[in-house]
Amino acid sequence: MVHIKTTRNSEISENQVTDEKVYRQRRNFIRTGVATSVGISLASYFPVLAHAAVSNLAERISGARNTRSLDEADELNSLEDITRYNNFYELGTGKEDPHEKAGALVTDPWSVTIEGECEKPGTYALEDFLKPVGLEERIYRLRCVEAWSMVIPWVGFPLADLIKQYQPTSAARYVAFETVYDARNPLPGQYSPVLKWPYREGLRMDEAMHPLTFMAVGLYGKTLPNQNGAPLRLVVPWKYGFKSIKSIVKIEFTEYEPPTSWNMANAREYGFYSNVNPEVAHRRWSQKKERRVGELFKRDTLMFNGYEEVAHLYADMDLRKNY
Amino acid sequence: MRSPGPRKIRWACKPAVHALLLLPFASLLTGFFTNSLGVNPVESITHTSGDWALRILLMTLAITPLARLTRSGWMIQFRRLVGLYCFFYVLLHFLTYLLFDLSFDFGDLLEDIIERPYITVGFAGFAILFALAATSTVAIRQRMGRAWTRLHQAVYAAGILGVVHFLWITRVDDTEPFIYGFVLVILLGYRAAKKLQKKRGRTPGRMFHSQKIRTP
Repeated sequence: MVHIKTTRNSEISENQVTDEKVYRQRRNFIRTGVATSVGISLASYFPVLAHAAVSNLAERISGARNTRSLDEADELNSLEDITRYNNFYELGTGKEDPHEKAGALVTDPWSVTIEGECEKPGTYALEDFLKPVGLEERIYRLRCVEAWSMVIPWVGFPLADLIKQYQPTSAARYVAFETVYDARNPLPGQYSPVLKWPYREGLRMDEAMHPLTFMAVGLYGKTLPNQNGAPLRLVVPWKYGFKSIKSIVKIEFTEYEPPTSWNMANAREYGFYSNVNPEVAHRRWSQKKERRVGELFKRDTLMFNGYEEVAHLYADMDLRKNY
Repeated sequence: MRSPGPRKIRWACKPAVHALLLLPFASLLTGFFTNSLGVNPVESITHTSGDWALRILLMTLAITPLARLTRSGWMIQFRRLVGLYCFFYVLLHFLTYLLFDLSFDFGDLLEDIIERPYITVGFAGFAILFALAATSTVAIRQRMGRAWTRLHQAVYAAGILGVVHFLWITRVDDTEPFIYGFVLVILLGYRAAKKLQKKRGRTPGRMFHSQKIRTP
């Protein structure tokens, strides 16, 4: 019998995976290659030019220049770690389900609806949506509420760049996000009512505008794999992972704090803010320590996941109450 | 043909029982050293050892009713062995937590026991099973007499604590702990029914028979 190897959408063959060493060297090369970086940053300032210079998204992603490199105490997690250990309940509640079921998520065509308190509401095709923003790479820690963490090289753009495009009005005090959900054709995990679909998340406007708040479209210099929330996901590195909503189809500017999925499911355990905070325990388990995926022993969890520059956003708040 | 005596069955089955109950441990061990326990191997060990501890505890509790219902008294002789394997997996579960989650910090252990209810009940279950395993030898059993029987009835409490521990830490899909809970309720129900009959001094067959006659 002829052996036919079938490949799932989510699978990446060996030769496609950039060796991490090569990958890091390439980052360095790009960072120091003045000509390249000038070209790309110029291109990002002129949307039309950007479109002409790098017409397809994959090329833009691979050409993204690093703007936040690895912190000293961290080591990048492998692509395998990042793509085979996910919480993405739309594709199943097991950690490996999203990898196995990744093919069920269809990301092309994709459009994003902008609504609520802004000057330019509408539904935009992903390509058009991404045209005006310049892509960059940022290496962030991700801390899950379940007390594990990873270090991930995302490619994307600051959420603030996007928000400015749609000109929120003075009434817009919050930004709400929604994950893809088609009740007539749900994703494998959406048959089960573990959460109320669609998945919802939200940020206060100042959190959304903070320069650390990021929208990712790529990972390890390639298009974002489905199980990581393709084609467009939020990354808020100082908050627990579930705040970083995946596969976004709707962004709404609201006057009042929007409902968020985990808070709706269990308000005592999951607050709206959900900032990483070793001093405030989850109702059932401690948040003092975390297991960095790839390590056997736990390490200390850092306040705001080590991103202390956001502390001022919560200066007047009791973080025990506003967990 | 005469059925083989308990000694013969013991001789034939004991290696098989050992082999079967060591299987999950063997697969964990090979998985750990071949690096095939997934992206988070410590989590895999914790979950697998906890799952098997509960499953084997339920198996232990099922032996007596099963032996009675099928009139296979020879099964009883494996009850202690199976029970000790339950403790083996509980110990593995606890030591994984103590070593990899707490790095042997006993202050943190104490804090967890006091402040985290799922740890409190889990640890209580562990303590019970520890006491049962420590008093499981024939010599101790004989010396303790009736007190031994009373002490070892605590295995049901350990079962309840185990299920509650599992339910308490589950974040979304609680199907599995509920299945274990359901099996435990059936086993407890059987025991309670037995006790009731003993009080009334009737065997189950007669009880049902007399009820039938009374029905108009």
